[in-house]
Amino acid sequence: MPAIEISPAAHRILQLPASLLQALLLLAAGAAFLWILRRRLQLLRAASPQPRLDRPGRRLLRLLVIGFGQARQPRYRLAGGLHILIFAGFLILSVRSLGLIGEAFAPGFADFGPAYAASKDWVELLVLAACATAACRRLLLRPARYHDRHATESHAREALLILGLISTLMVADAVYDGSGLGLRGETGGWREPLATLAAGLLGGSETTLLRAHLAGFWVHNATLLLFLCLLPLGKHFHVLTALPNVFFSKLEPSGAVKPPSYREADFDSLESVGVGRLEDFGWKHLLDAYTCTDCGRCSDHCPAYAAGTPLSPRMISLKMRAAAYAHYPVFGPVVPPAERPALVGETIGEGELWSCTTCGACEEACPVTIEYIDKVVDMRRRLVDEGRLPATLQKPMAALEKRGNPFGKTARQRGRWAEPDGEEEPLLPALDPGEAADVLFFTDSAVAFDPRLQRTAAAFARLLRAAGVEAGHLGRDEVDSGHEARRFGEEGLFLALREQNRAALAERRFARVVTTDPHAMNALRHDYGLERPVLHHSQLLAELAADGRLSFSPLADRRTYAFHDPCYLGRHNGQYEAPRRLLAAIPGLRTVEMERCRNRSFCCGGGSLYLFNEVECERRMGEIRLEQAVAAGAQVVVTACPFCLINLEDAVKTSGREGEIEILDLAELAARAAGLATPAAASGG
Amino acid sequence: MDIYVCVRRVPDTSEVEIEIDRSGRALEEDDFSWDINEWDAYAVEAAVQLKERLGARVTALTVGDEDDEEVLRRALAMGCDQARLLSDDVFAGADSWVTARILAAAMAEPRPDLVLCGAVSADQGRGQVGGFLAGLLDLPLVALATDLQVEEGSARVRHEVSGGVEHLVDLRLPAVVTVQTGLNEPRYVSIRGIRKVAGVEIPVLGAADLGLDPAELQPRVVTEELFPPPQGGGAEILTGSGEEQVERLVELLHEHGGLV
Ligand code: SF4
Ligand code: SF4
Repeated sequence: MPAIEISPAAHRILQLPASLLQALLLLAAGAAFLWILRRRLQLLRAASPQPRLDRPGRRLLRLLVIGFGQARQPRYRLAGGLHILIFAGFLILSVRSLGLIGEAFAPGFADFGPAYAASKDWVELLVLAACATAACRRLLLRPARYHDRHATESHAREALLILGLISTLMVADAVYDGSGLGLRGETGGWREPLATLAAGLLGGSETTLLRAHLAGFWVHNATLLLFLCLLPLGKHFHVLTALPNVFFSKLEPSGAVKPPSYREADFDSLESVGVGRLEDFGWKHLLDAYTCTDCGRCSDHCPAYAAGTPLSPRMISLKMRAAAYAHYPVFGPVVPPAERPALVGETIGEGELWSCTTCGACEEACPVTIEYIDKVVDMRRRLVDEGRLPATLQKPMAALEKRGNPFGKTARQRGRWAEPDGEEEPLLPALDPGEAADVLFFTDSAVAFDPRLQRTAAAFARLLRAAGVEAGHLGRDEVDSGHEARRFGEEGLFLALREQNRAALAERRFARVVTTDPHAMNALRHDYGLERPVLHHSQLLAELAADGRLSFSPLADRRTYAFHDPCYLGRHNGQYEAPRRLLAAIPGLRTVEMERCRNRSFCCGGGSLYLFNEVECERRMGEIRLEQAVAAGAQVVVTACPFCLINLEDAVKTSGREGEIEILDLAELAARAAGLATPAAASGG
Repeated sequence: MDIYVCVRRVPDTSEVEIEIDRSGRALEEDDFSWDINEWDAYAVEAAVQLKERLGARVTALTVGDEDDEEVLRRALAMGCDQARLLSDDVFAGADSWVTARILAAAMAEPRPDLVLCGAVSADQGRGQVGGFLAGLLDLPLVALATDLQVEEGSARVRHEVSGGVEHLVDLRLPAVVTVQTGLNEPRYVSIRGIRKVAGVEIPVLGAADLGLDPAELQPRVVTEELFPPPQGGGAEILTGSGEEQVERLVELLHEHGGLV
């Protein structure tokens, strides 16, 4: 037993009993915190409804894996590793911190036994080291990711302040613990290295030790409460909101866009559509903005950012949060919408919004599951509703409306791809209403009309014929799937197109739908809610190869092939294996993987309406992707999406690599390996 | 301020294999899609922008039948306040002159402060209606406007004259102005925008309503025959490999004095 009472509960500070001082501190901090929080919640309450309480089991699982499990952190080894350390430390030490608050009221409250004391001491040491490393990164290494090209202010100071506060907590607790050891005449040794170190530094005088003990205690407790109040003022709000944000995250497939309204199902009777001001966002999308940690991983993966367009997804979150804090200030009245700068058009520029290809790389990278595509689409919906569609998109949009495809071709020309010159009968029959086939091939507009893409459809049709698949297409009754029309915010046009396609599909009998266009597949699956299975041609071809209905012989060339994962096949629909299985079925094919493959795949520019979209940029996304393929040592890039093919082939031309590298659709490669290649498709390379 | 905009529905013939119908005086229309004449969209946008800035009542007019109502709906969706469909059996076959007479009659009440027309129509390409209209209304005309600034009672118009020269004209309203494409950026009209004005009533006015005597509506220009231009000589398609084609092309250019 020590000679004097060492619990801070027994010592008056400024004449006040410890319990009273602690109660006052708690009250003040609690009141300030709740006051700020109330403002933050006020905006969420004013926001639009967004149902995010369904499927609680799946939500809990996400919370465990992505939240507590920090599953998305390791994508960045050092930064992610540091964060996992700090997060684990935070969880373990929050027990300690609460204990120290209790200690002011009841001596011995913070004593959780020697095992906890030892582990928390080690954790504090690790967290201190992590903080120091993180600060060094910020100050000395300055990774590019932390400095957004479009940012007007740096958040480095805030980050350093928070690191400083965390370090203060660690040091204060170590001083408190170390002096406690000294006062009790104990030594911690290797069990408590940090406290032992502190004890050693403090020396042996009892007065010094007691002063340090009390100082450590109160500095810790006051810093903790200050920290709490600072959280909802900046980017470290995520300490509180990240876990809820993960719990409430979107469970629908990332390829499914949110409906214009959750309240009103009939689009035409909506009073307004899309997002024009802060409160038009769903509450969860505003919680996203509160939660953004400004880590920059989204923009680091964003092809539009890499290409130097006005878009940086992180800035959308940061600007939303800045607007939220400015218009719902901690003190003073809410700023009425009429007195704010326009959210869409000023705060968030039109150029930013039209630059997004909806590739989903940002969402896949975000450690706290922040969404972008739905927000972008919702803001575009408002722009379109107000007539603010970029001039270059007006013609293709009108052509979609009048002729059912963005190229303005007539319906009569739609099925012509199946009748190439020199063929006696069509490669694939057009099904008349009432007719049946096992597989229905939905081509979508680009494949139906673009001469280069028609060759991919022809190759696929030849493979189907060789494998004895009974298939047909919709002929002139097919119209554009409307996938891009919807994602460009023209919901009414999408609905009209869907109605026409649904009618054409309903008139024919088929067991499955197949398409060579992942966007069409995504539309048919998630936007149409078609009841029959919708396959991508990579899946059907892999299936036919596995069943032995297609067989491949080695190709004559000795080139190296790389597969480029299309966003809407991979990230948005989780299909990474079928194309790779098909490549593996071709004997002797030498393949490499690009660094950005599978769910980290780099979008090559987007399709359909994106082909008409002219956004300012420094480089074309397709060119960047092509360089990545070259860097991986590929001589042939195999894609499974018509637009990847177009964008990458364009990139081959614009970067002067003709003859060096070839771009092929999976179907063309398979047709070659199956000995079905047409002269046209076999040329090139 | 009362602004009238005259619009017209024209076929989009791009991507269509043009065929002449059996009468020999018109085109086979099966594959056509129809839309507002491009120039007229700029006129409507100009009118709506003036309304938004200065306050005005904008009336859209077209001469045609019920199919042509579509372009009036588009004009309404863009922001016009009202529209009139000028339709009558006796208007059939109207040429530019007759069309202008019908339009002028529809502007009798209220009198216009400003009349805006597209400079030409994409189908006929005559560019006459605006001029006739100015004559019939006895108003000053500025054709082919590329910029239009309106203040209370007056306008400053920039317009093209031949040889790429532009004039800047100040004039007092009322006046007729025909506009070039590029004057502004016509807003997009979404499907929802069209549906929102689906219920707006568009009065149909015939010859009697407009006080027009059918006898005065005889077209002065009649289409006798429509035919593709006769094939001229001199066109040659080069064949062979890329290199051979280029060689031949250089040769030809030399021969014809294109390369010196
Ligand atoms: S969806 Fe793709 S293009 Fe759009 S912001 Fe995210 S990463 Fe960038
Ligand atoms: S949105 Fe996500 S990935 Fe992007 S900066 Fe914010 S937290 Fe990081």
